[in-house]
Amino acid sequence: MDKFTLVVSIVAATLRMATPLIFTGLGGVFSENAGVVNIGLEGMMITGAFFAVLGSFLTGSPLVGILFAAAAGGLIAALHAFLSINLRADQVISGTAINLFATAFASFMIFKVFNTGGQTNIVHSLSYNIPKFIQNIPILGTLLGGLNWFVYFALVLVFVTDFVLYKTPFGLRIRAVGEHPSAADTLGINVYKIRYTCVILSGMLAGIGGASLSIGISNLFREGMTAGRGYIALAALIFGNWKPKGTMWACLLFAFGSALQINAQMMSFQLPDEIYAMFPYVLTMLALAGFVGKTTAPAADGIPYIKGKR
Amino acid sequence: MVSNSETKSNKFLLAAKYVVRSLAFPLFAIFISFFVAVFFVMWSKGYGITQYFTALTDLIGIIITGSFGSTDQTLQTMNYVTPLIFTGIASAVSFKCGIFNIGVEGQFTLGILAAAVVGQIHGLSPIVHIPLIILSGTVAGGLWGSIPGFLKAKLGINEVINCIMLNYIAMYVVNFVIMRTPAGIHGKGQTPIIQDSAKLMKLNGVSFGIIIALICAVVVFWLLWKTTKGYEIRAVGINPHASEYGGINISKNIIFAMVLSGAIAGLGGAVHLSGTVYMTTDLLSFIGYGMDGIAVALLAKSNPIGCIPSALLFGTLESSSRILQINNIPKEVVYLIQSVVIVFVATDYIVDYFKEKKRKKGAVVNG
Amino acid sequence: MDKVMEMKHITKIFPGTIANDDVTFELLKGETHVLLGENGAGKTTLMNILYGLYQPEKGDIFLNGQVSKINNPNDAIKLGIGMVHQHFMLIDKFTVTENIILGIEPKIGLKIDMKKAINDVKELAEKYAFNIEPTAKIEDISVGQQQKVEILKALYRGADILILDEPTAVLTPQEIDELGTIIDNLKKEGKSFILITHKLKEVMKMSDRVTIIRRGKVTGTVYTKETSIDELAELMVGRKVNLTVNKSEAKIGKDMLVVENLQVKNHRGILAVKGVNLTVRAGEIVGIAGVDGNGQTELVEALTGLIKPQNGKVMLDGKDIFNKTPREISDSGVGHVPEDRQKRGLILDFSLFENSILGLYHKLPFSKGIIMKYNEIRKHSQRLISEFDVRTPSDEVTAGSLSGGNQQKLIVAREISKNPNILIAAQPTRGLDVGAIEYIHKRIVEERDKGKAVLLVSLELDEILSLSDRIAVMYDGNVVDILERKDADERKLGILMAGGTVKNGKEVRDGE
Repeated sequence: MDKFTLVVSIVAATLRMATPLIFTGLGGVFSENAGVVNIGLEGMMITGAFFAVLGSFLTGSPLVGILFAAAAGGLIAALHAFLSINLRADQVISGTAINLFATAFASFMIFKVFNTGGQTNIVHSLSYNIPKFIQNIPILGTLLGGLNWFVYFALVLVFVTDFVLYKTPFGLRIRAVGEHPSAADTLGINVYKIRYTCVILSGMLAGIGGASLSIGISNLFREGMTAGRGYIALAALIFGNWKPKGTMWACLLFAFGSALQINAQMMSFQLPDEIYAMFPYVLTMLALAGFVGKTTAPAADGIPYIKGKR
Repeated sequence: MVSNSETKSNKFLLAAKYVVRSLAFPLFAIFISFFVAVFFVMWSKGYGITQYFTALTDLIGIIITGSFGSTDQTLQTMNYVTPLIFTGIASAVSFKCGIFNIGVEGQFTLGILAAAVVGQIHGLSPIVHIPLIILSGTVAGGLWGSIPGFLKAKLGINEVINCIMLNYIAMYVVNFVIMRTPAGIHGKGQTPIIQDSAKLMKLNGVSFGIIIALICAVVVFWLLWKTTKGYEIRAVGINPHASEYGGINISKNIIFAMVLSGAIAGLGGAVHLSGTVYMTTDLLSFIGYGMDGIAVALLAKSNPIGCIPSALLFGTLESSSRILQINNIPKEVVYLIQSVVIVFVATDYIVDYFKEKKRKKGAVVNG
Repeated sequence: MDKVMEMKHITKIFPGTIANDDVTFELLKGETHVLLGENGAGKTTLMNILYGLYQPEKGDIFLNGQVSKINNPNDAIKLGIGMVHQHFMLIDKFTVTENIILGIEPKIGLKIDMKKAINDVKELAEKYAFNIEPTAKIEDISVGQQQKVEILKALYRGADILILDEPTAVLTPQEIDELGTIIDNLKKEGKSFILITHKLKEVMKMSDRVTIIRRGKVTGTVYTKETSIDELAELMVGRKVNLTVNKSEAKIGKDMLVVENLQVKNHRGILAVKGVNLTVRAGEIVGIAGVDGNGQTELVEALTGLIKPQNGKVMLDGKDIFNKTPREISDSGVGHVPEDRQKRGLILDFSLFENSILGLYHKLPFSKGIIMKYNEIRKHSQRLISEFDVRTPSDEVTAGSLSGGNQQKLIVAREISKNPNILIAAQPTRGLDVGAIEYIHKRIVEERDKGKAVLLVSLELDEILSLSDRIAVMYDGNVVDILERKDADERKLGILMAGGTVKNGKEVRDGE
């Protein structure tokens, strides 16, 4: 394979692999900017990934699958919201519990619905057909041919999130609640409502992220298929300084590692499979270490808001 | 202050109250999680709502017979409980220092790996080999734990993501060793069974490891509450600002706690390998003892001694999974119970909520 | 004048206390009515009820004669009530405009109409003669400016009744005068003010009427011109209060703490202490006066090892303690009563006996090697508790269960028990009731009489004036002057605290 094709292949793979991270990362953007740490993104992704397959299985339509994924992710997120906001649980523990629960629940459901263990049947995924004339454009055509609808959706969503967060009243209030919830409270803003909304939104987005993994890239759900992506998305969020565009770039960087692994055979020097597999994780750690002190979290991130505590 | 004899009976009453109050919450959590789990059991067996109690007794019955029904099964259960005591204590130590060491899984895994490699050394006598294999796991775990520890202490990076990344990396390191180095059997996808000289002895079929685990619990308890080091660790865990003011070195203690936590997890891995499994296969997913250890510690409220009964509970659940499967109850019910337990432990606040409601009724004038 | 607001028979109960007990309070149009009381008396609670942040168990609120239900701040705002809290409710990273419009943002389509917002803010500021830059970030403007933003926030929402909670806590005497002018101007426009404070001098200067609250109950409502500071103090505390501290002449000894050209950067990397020279001798109390934020916090942190100093020399009794760890400094003979007792001074979840050895646990007899000696520790804690009159059922309760005053007494007890060469006390009586304040003042003077050196840092000028033998004023990271007590008065200190200079007793302005 010549150099150009290899590069195009890697770029396409990067975009494809980044997409689940971007959806989930944007979910994290909403949640954390409102002041709720969401370690449970992994669990919400798993839930979304499974329910997308379930929806497609039950109705034959991948679009229904996406709806299922968003709804299921949102529901699990509502549980996290209830625990963290109403019951003021430690948000890290609550998130971890959600992850365990989601993993267990998904495994349980595979058994219940598909009567097997480990993975589901193959279902209809979102078909992606590019008209021939575009495919024939040199380089760009091959690139576009290697993507899927989720990729475009994700990129658009980045700009939408940026607009909502920085240009709309809702976004201003979200950031206020994440920085100084008391200040927002004394102006009559409902801190609980905004946090709930943002957490549920984050669950829906993570759910779609999971869907982009299960019916976007493959066409089934396998136990463990998220492989820590929910956490990587969180790291991307931090690396991106809690901003949507920054998060997107970070996701692309982390996905690059996986993209290399896929294209490994085509490259001139090769490393053992296991080393490639480690790439995204090592990269994540290096990124976090390299960005010490240059990022600023929302001031009230992770601190439960207690009305009346003055 | 009250008189001496009053103090004595007061003390006993206070102690009793304290024990009941500490137990109330974990018991409540277990109760609720079983309550929820039964619904899943009913769903999988197709029971109607009126058969709730049948499902409940089914579940409890199967778990008990599955784990303790025969001597063989009880021994099996002990094999599950032992590593959980270690990972529970490891998690508890980190929690006491205010650190969420979710990397116990990776530290445990590397402990297994180190033991699997060291256990292959030829021609050593057990007197040398056993301490060596145990030590190797402890050191490996301690080193792996030191990484997020350093990053947190010196660079201020939150440990959660780093720990999780290291968990995955640890898995791939194991696979790398098995598949690409002479220490593993590529064709079989596992490490070779360790030398006999490296195997822990058994007492009545139970690995000696459980004794090591119990000793570990006592030692860590002593460390946390009877030594200056423990005072420092606990202080840093509750209030690092006041600790700094009080002359305590925050950095050093964070690193110490993470290294200790990792070392205990690694010790658990080595004990597990050397006492029970004798080899490890390549990994497609987490072994699980590490993650479960977090649940063990949370339920025990980070008390090392409390980790023993807590590990017993989770080990019992774990060990009954096969027999649950046979009875058409998916083994995931076990994980569901676990996660619900964690959920309730996370919501400690429920207890405080009820306490506050009670206080409001007995209002007293300002002052 | 008519009553614009009445609160009748308000009762509010929190777990364990009755914060407001059948309180009746009214406000006439165009008046400044002060709500006076000690810390914890219930004044802020009452106003939080008026602003809709709390709901009373009993009682009614009337606005312009009409019964009104105020269930949340939105209701209060709609009824024309605005509140400026003691700790500003401003978002540092946002601009002045963003803070002011938050919650009622002008819109254009889906976007915020930022241009209109900035314009509106500019017009409003000009109308009331506030000098404010609408696009400045809160973290970049001064505290006095921030307070103006808070007032603008209320005015932007059409407030006619303004509640100011401890507004003068963070201002220099001159800025307080400026605030007084702003209030007078707004009153001429028909606005009415409720001021919450515990500062008697301000009450006399700024109010028309005073309602005094003690332990949740109203003990009196008086016209300011018909009362005096002593009467107010008595109504506030319930007994005759000795507002001065009896001190004998200082017996000064050798130089104990010598600070030369100390430079310290704050946690944001900006130079906060810009070359301080200071000496504290044995047997004297040196008080550092100044408005919050002029480097006092960083100075104390550098002296006690909690922050790394850049440059300079610090010697304690001839020994170098510059840039040493907190433990080394403490072991060298420094006692530190920190300005934030709950953050720095105590571990709230630890028992009292575990707190009593904070900073001491590594020494004999409290520990031998790594083993803790709990018998000795308990003896020590019980001694502290009885000697310093800490009210507690036992030494086993958590520090968090003590009242503020008792917590502070424990900290002071612990630090004094170290028998330090110098006692550094930062804001030692912040948030305490008069009884606790009197006691702590007494013990500080005792240390000085025993021949110890004492460095007192306080934001309360009264405290500085009543305790200090010499007074240093900090402004913008420097000690601008050091006065003997007999040469210092509030006016001079106020000028120095605001950055002016005093020559021959007269304020010197730039260019003279």
